[in-house]
Amino acid sequence: MAEKVSVSEVADAMYKMIKDTMGIKKWKATDLQKASIELFGADRCDKQICKDAIKELINSGRAVYTYFGGSYIEIPHDEGAKNI
Amino acid sequence: MADQKYETPLLDQLESGEWPSFVKEIKMAAETNQMANSLLGLLEQSYEERKGHWKHGGIVGVMGYGGGVIGRYTDLPEKYPDISHFHTMRVNQPAGWFYTAEALKQICDVWDRYGSGLTNMHGSTGDIILLGTRTENLEPAFNELTKLGFDLGGSGSAVRTPSCCCGMARCEWACYDTMALTYYITMRYQDELHRPAFPYKMKFKMSGCPNDCVASIARADISIIGTWRDEIQINQEEVRNYANNGVDIYKEIVLNCPGKCIEWNGNELKIDDSSCRHCMHCINVMPKALAPGKDRGATILVGSKAPIIEGALLSSVLVPFIKIEEPFDDLEIWELIDNMFDLWCEEGKNRERIGEFIQRVGLGNFIEAVGLPPMPEMIAHPRENPYIFYESFFEEEEE
Repeated sequence: MAEKVSVSEVADAMYKMIKDTMGIKKWKATDLQKASIELFGADRCDKQICKDAIKELINSGRAVYTYFGGSYIEIPHDEGAKNI
Repeated sequence: MADQKYETPLLDQLESGEWPSFVKEIKMAAETNQMANSLLGLLEQSYEERKGHWKHGGIVGVMGYGGGVIGRYTDLPEKYPDISHFHTMRVNQPAGWFYTAEALKQICDVWDRYGSGLTNMHGSTGDIILLGTRTENLEPAFNELTKLGFDLGGSGSAVRTPSCCCGMARCEWACYDTMALTYYITMRYQDELHRPAFPYKMKFKMSGCPNDCVASIARADISIIGTWRDEIQINQEEVRNYANNGVDIYKEIVLNCPGKCIEWNGNELKIDDSSCRHCMHCINVMPKALAPGKDRGATILVGSKAPIIEGALLSSVLVPFIKIEEPFDDLEIWELIDNMFDLWCEEGKNRERIGEFIQRVGLGNFIEAVGLPPMPEMIAHPRENPYIFYESFFEEEEE
């Protein structure tokens, strides 16, 4: 049985996915989960690891939840409509 | 307090009727709160122009949470700087909306310090809605609320704050303890409530009986509605008292029974419980004479929603009857709900409610995928199309 990937490793991979596609694609939690399981393989990565990785990303402040019609996970940034 | 007084002739008209007016409340708040005062000006301008001046959504929130704060900015920040930010905080209400006066006072004190002082008690999902604050006030307000024992509720593509009727706390018809189950579900799904991970919103609503005082059959993705599976309890003496006091039992009850299962001979009421639709009509008309049966539990339904992206849907029955008793950990529905969440997350489209998803894939495919056998209670009436057959029908024929 393959060794499970660590939560931090998945969090880093998710962060890279979000950063590399910033402005092009908005990621929902399930999108990140599916992409991570595909990246690491279902034998090494599962839903719980992905869930914990998202929690790590959010709690560390590297990513934030946003709401634009639905909920997404993004790198913190200033939104266009924000008033100072 | 107010720096500038706004003329509000259009808003003033909304105070003229006999009903309570939100304008009156905003004006009262405006006497001591500049945000509320500016809101009057902006709202009047919107009414004049017939145009909204708010943009909602965005990035704002409190650390670690993906819900509970609804970002809102005006597109006229120079004219109304006090409400350039006007974010909403959604606070998880206590089950059944029971508060002490002290708790309400504390919430209002927090909101006077950090927000507009305006509240909506309660929002359509049931939360305490605190209207209007600035980004920099979100964390301090959240910290104070949590110190008081409150938490933020759900928003976005997450489990929304579960809500319920007052249940056994005030109602003799409650077929299970809605408040206890609501508290349990709130705690069980904390992660799903605060960290949006679904295609769209997911609402739980718990009603103690088929009167469905929280309208869960029309508004909840998962409705848990109290019911019974034995006979309606009848007190014949009280039935006769109703008749003697002017209730036309034949006209008001027998003829209005959707199951046509009630007989009244002028002295005795008979109910054929096997045909009862559990609509509660007879019980509502004669509450002293009739009551739900003693073998009580709940029906689990799925898929209702109010119209947003697509039209309104009512819930469909998934589990016709289940006993809802503590310890709730032992209930069999959690595995079913987890299966539904997994399937919906896997196959649901962005912003597709679970009811819409079921419509798209078909209820038959849905229940098969979540591991539920088909049951007669899941359909409203027998099939009408003779050209659809069950696979097992053919298998039996071949054998």
